[in-house]
Amino acid sequence: MVTDGATARIPSPDIQRMVTWVRANLFSTWYNAVITIVLVYGLISALVGLAGWVAQAQGWPAAFTNMKLILAWTYPNDQIWRPQLAVLFVAALLGLSAGVWRGVVQLVAIGAALTAGILAVPAIGLPEFAGMVGLPSWLALATSVALLLLGIPIGRRAGGWLRWVLIIAWITAYPIVILIVRGGIGLPVVETKLWGGLMLTLLLAISGIVLSFPIGVALALGRRSRLPIIRIFCIAYIELIRGVPLVTVLYMGSLLLPLFLPGGESVDQFIRAMVAVTLFSAAYLAENVRGGLQALPAGQTEAARALGLNVVQTTFLITLPQALRAIVPLLVGQSIGLFKDTSLVVIVGLIDLLGAAQNVVGQPDWLGTPGGVWRETFLVIAALYWVFSFTMSRVSKRIEDSFAKSRH
Amino acid sequence: MRRSLMVPLAAALSLIIAACGGAPAAPTAAPEAPTTAPAPTAAPAAPAATTGRLEAITARGTVICGVNNNPLPGFASVDASGVYSGFDVDFCKAVAAALFDDPSKVEYRPLSSQDRFTALQTGEIDVLIRNSTWTLGRDGDVGLDWSPTTFYDGQGMMVRKDSGITSINDMDGATICVQTGTTTELNLADVFRAKGLTFQPVVFPDGDQTRSAYDAGQCDGFTTDKSGLVSSITLLSNPADHQILSDTMSKEPLGPSVLQGDPKWADAVNWITFATFQAEEYGITSANLAEFSASEVPEIRRFLGIEGELGKGVGLSNDFAARVIKHVGNYAEIYNRNLGPDTPFNLPRGLNALYTEGGLLYSPPFR
Repeated sequence: MVTDGATARIPSPDIQRMVTWVRANLFSTWYNAVITIVLVYGLISALVGLAGWVAQAQGWPAAFTNMKLILAWTYPNDQIWRPQLAVLFVAALLGLSAGVWRGVVQLVAIGAALTAGILAVPAIGLPEFAGMVGLPSWLALATSVALLLLGIPIGRRAGGWLRWVLIIAWITAYPIVILIVRGGIGLPVVETKLWGGLMLTLLLAISGIVLSFPIGVALALGRRSRLPIIRIFCIAYIELIRGVPLVTVLYMGSLLLPLFLPGGESVDQFIRAMVAVTLFSAAYLAENVRGGLQALPAGQTEAARALGLNVVQTTFLITLPQALRAIVPLLVGQSIGLFKDTSLVVIVGLIDLLGAAQNVVGQPDWLGTPGGVWRETFLVIAALYWVFSFTMSRVSKRIEDSFAKSRH
Repeated sequence: MRRSLMVPLAAALSLIIAACGGAPAAPTAAPEAPTTAPAPTAAPAAPAATTGRLEAITARGTVICGVNNNPLPGFASVDASGVYSGFDVDFCKAVAAALFDDPSKVEYRPLSSQDRFTALQTGEIDVLIRNSTWTLGRDGDVGLDWSPTTFYDGQGMMVRKDSGITSINDMDGATICVQTGTTTELNLADVFRAKGLTFQPVVFPDGDQTRSAYDAGQCDGFTTDKSGLVSSITLLSNPADHQILSDTMSKEPLGPSVLQGDPKWADAVNWITFATFQAEEYGITSANLAEFSASEVPEIRRFLGIEGELGKGVGLSNDFAARVIKHVGNYAEIYNRNLGPDTPFNLPRGLNALYTEGGLLYSPPFR
């Protein structure tokens, strides 16, 4: 960790060396020089054009006045403190964990704090609504930054007991978040049909990732089983799901499933989409885990057997931990993919981040804006998607690096 | 030997159930997943076969109304504070006003064009008011019952004023921007083939892209429903340079629909819709309802439920029309609020005027 900055640093800014590098790589021959000049000109004019458009575009207010819809859709205004509380809860957990485990976790926490801090700046200008019970967006983001950063020294100082508290908290974090957001046990229930926007996208993606993990691992182990019935079943499931696109699974879950169920048994639309996303993701996750298992040298299993471990012990103490560690980048890649794939739920009538943006574009308020507001609104949405995907990919890179180091 | 085979086999079976077979059930069975337990306000819709849909709605206390998830400006959209509004939405409110004397007793269900009819068929929604065109196929094969048309739309064509085009007959060989996968695209081909004209379609998957391509000069013409053209023209760089041709290329009667097989509920929705037409014909508005309530004209007293038992016959309260007028207004009020001269659309009534004013809105007598 300490040496991390040093490896990334460019050699001292020596002008002489830079000139040499440019000459050798960009202007080595006359045609390379021509290509360089044409590309640089194209790049600059594209950037100038983009900057000019950004400055004169009139549609920016659309996304900002509707930020409540984009973030939480029709979640009741007087309950908006609940999703905020869920975010703060996770921020506090992450901050404390960063202090306890340091290393990668600390980098993740600092990265998350940076992201939230950057997002808090434009959030200052967001409008408030009558009857809104909760923190203003910028204050909620600023509080999560504070929790993330303050957690580090607190976690560092606390005793070993905190480690166990945190482990239990992380295991129960998902049900707790769902409980806060959905309600029940004393809190008024906010039904999933009111959920939407970024909140729905995140919850759907997180549910898909969390719930598909045990299923995926079970399928991967099942596929490598020596018992033919299990193996055939798992292969059939994996290949069937991998053989159809997510859209098909979503249609199946959302349109066909209710037709098969007895009348009146209407399953929540969110749960339908969640089940479809989970089952879909599990098949891909199984293949990733299987890849990790196959990459392990046979000596590992043989050594475990020689030590007298049984199959269950070998799997859960020797092979699976190593396999999972090897496939962390794959898992994060899959999570990013799933996060973006959730935009498909628009076609089954759920209003996710993309659906909320489509609604904003269709509000009559923006009629009369030359060119409409769709370019600006979708750019803001794209930026939100990018922030989350980029954060995830950086996290994966850090984890990868730390594993690479710990192996030597 | 045989016994030793049985043990792994039994283990295998239990493992299948545990590991793989359990897989599909796991997400819903997991304790942390949001439960499907019926919430206090909205119990799952009762099947129409056993008890009537109308009774089920009354027992539930809200009407579930399917609206557009990809909003058409003026018809259904959600404003910045999360409130639904629009022409279609007002008819959802009219149903709630008639049933519960409270226009807020609506549960909106955003639906895509793909899942709108399935939502009716599975009983997830009570009524679909989502700018859907009444066609024979949808009435027959899809199994819906259509209420009176609330908006007569038709496909139109937008061109540049300086192009010299004054009707579709001038458009031989023109390039036309059109959204793909819609009836619009099919109608366009039909109309041009019938007229013996050729054209070059430029297709896009999305309405905004189609309009922007036309705005950027990629096409001579841009076609979609006329109500859509009227809102699109305000979004162009120079609205004054464009005009909508008077030709109408298709019939698009849009209105509420319910699932076939429950005539009582269909009747209720029909007469709630008719009540908005009839109120306009009588000149009763939300503003002058009190004056009309004191009227001595028997026809009006029956319509407002002051005397007689008109509502009872269709399973509604006798004053259902008065409730609709009080909370939502008559047809003209609904139209003007969402599409009329004070809105950015300023859409002329056209076919959507009363029959007494040259339109097609006609309510059977309330008696």
